[in-house]
Amino acid sequence: MTEEKRIRMLMAKPGLDGHDRGARVLTLGLRDEGMEVIYTGLRQSPDKIAQAAIQEDVDVVGMSCLSGAHNYLFPAVLEKLRESGAEDVLVIGGGIIPKEDIPFLQEKGVSAVFGPGTPIKEIADYIRENVKRKA
Amino acid sequence: MELVEKMLSGSDLSLARLITLVEREAAEVPRIMSLIYPHLGNAYLVGVTGPPGGGKSTLVDRLTAVMRAKGFSVGIIAADPTSPFSGGAVLGDRIRMQQHYLDKGVFIRSMATRGSAGGLPRAARGVIKLLDAYGKDFVVVETVGVGQTELDIMEATDTTVVVLVPEAGDTIQTMKAGLLEIADIFVVNKADREGADYLAVELEQMLRMSPKDSGWQPPILTTQAIHDIGIQELYQEIERHRDVLQETGQLSLKRQEQRKREFIQNIEQGIRATILKLAEKDGQLVSFLERVEKGELDPYSASMEILSNRTLLQTWLSELEKEG
Ligand SMILES: Nc1nc2c(ncn2[C@@H]2O[C@H](COP(=O)(O)OP(=O)(O)O)[C@@H](O)[C@H]2O)c(=O)[nH]1
Ligand SMILES: [Mg+2]
Repeated sequence: MTEEKRIRMLMAKPGLDGHDRGARVLTLGLRDEGMEVIYTGLRQSPDKIAQAAIQEDVDVVGMSCLSGAHNYLFPAVLEKLRESGAEDVLVIGGGIIPKEDIPFLQEKGVSAVFGPGTPIKEIADYIRENVKRKA
Repeated sequence: MELVEKMLSGSDLSLARLITLVEREAAEVPRIMSLIYPHLGNAYLVGVTGPPGGGKSTLVDRLTAVMRAKGFSVGIIAADPTSPFSGGAVLGDRIRMQQHYLDKGVFIRSMATRGSAGGLPRAARGVIKLLDAYGKDFVVVETVGVGQTELDIMEATDTTVVVLVPEAGDTIQTMKAGLLEIADIFVVNKADREGADYLAVELEQMLRMSPKDSGWQPPILTTQAIHDIGIQELYQEIERHRDVLQETGQLSLKRQEQRKREFIQNIEQGIRATILKLAEKDGQLVSFLERVEKGELDPYSASMEILSNRTLLQTWLSELEKEG
């Protein structure tokens, strides 16, 4: 009787902004979608996010950034993950991200960017369909 | 197995992936466990349990800092309940442990309770072993304990710390049966709040009414985890408990018991899985099942009939041999 695969996600707040309401709502919403969501709190450096993602062996890292530093922070996390051999982790972003930045982020390995107000179901479905590490 | 070798040579990533396999109860688990077996037995296991919000994660964070300052490496398992409605979970213990994220000497893993009946995830024992094999000097296991029997964490660890808060004073009578009996050390955390001393006195009286015969009387400590007060004392009590367990031979006895239990459990699980597999395939068992389901045959007579039917059991065994 083995446990079926359950999606594990790290919800991270990189950067200096102090609002995590959105991240908290999403955390609860994705739990209700059947996922195990690890929440690490505000103001995480890319190093810390990557290290947590590795130890927790998550399938997905979700990052929410409101401070405007996403073009630096998101790629920095991806770089660290790659360095550690965890390039098979799905990385998605959210927060306040101008449309014109999205192609750059995608080129850097962020799979998708969800704007404020995206229904949680849509995000959950995206994750389920795009998780790279199928058991 | 390559993952095990890499883990043993110090790869966090490989350790993390092995933990996932153990957590999923994957088919490789017995193999993993036998490979790491020669590397087990060096870690000292500390359980930290108590009601939600009592400051367990904060305490574990500070205790870890003390252990690190003494040069010990630490593995942390932080368990939170799985939602019975969705099967998902919010695992938030890490929030309190940020100071250790980049420390190579600390490995933190959050676990949901998944199929477990209590606060300790079913796979936690296996994860403890992986952290032990990885070379951690201490493995600290945080679980939510709400007062029913929390024997699991007591059995799985060497020293059990029960964390209460001053507000628990009112409910202490109802906790008697559960949390109180498993504690090797009591911590009244949030002692910056009113009522901590009162609770400590009340606990003391309660313990005096039912003294343990093991030669260890659980001490009662007051702490303020957020202010880093009382943590050294907690560490010292854990060490003192360990010394007593070692001197009296109880530690090796406990480990013996653990190994025995595991051996029996593994066999039980194997037999159960085999029987259930046969139940799906074998005509005879299926027909018994159907009659039991319909209520034509009572479950007790049915199982007795099967267990005393030698030819039937023999047939199944030879079936198994054919499958290899
Ligand atoms: N007043 C006070 N609050 C504390 C103390 N220790 C922890 N807390 C707070 O209690 C809350 C819950 O702490 P946490 O460690 O997550 O508790 P857990 O659910 O038992 O793991 C947090 O807001 C902590 O900051 C303490 O000694 N005094
Ligand atoms: Mg906690």
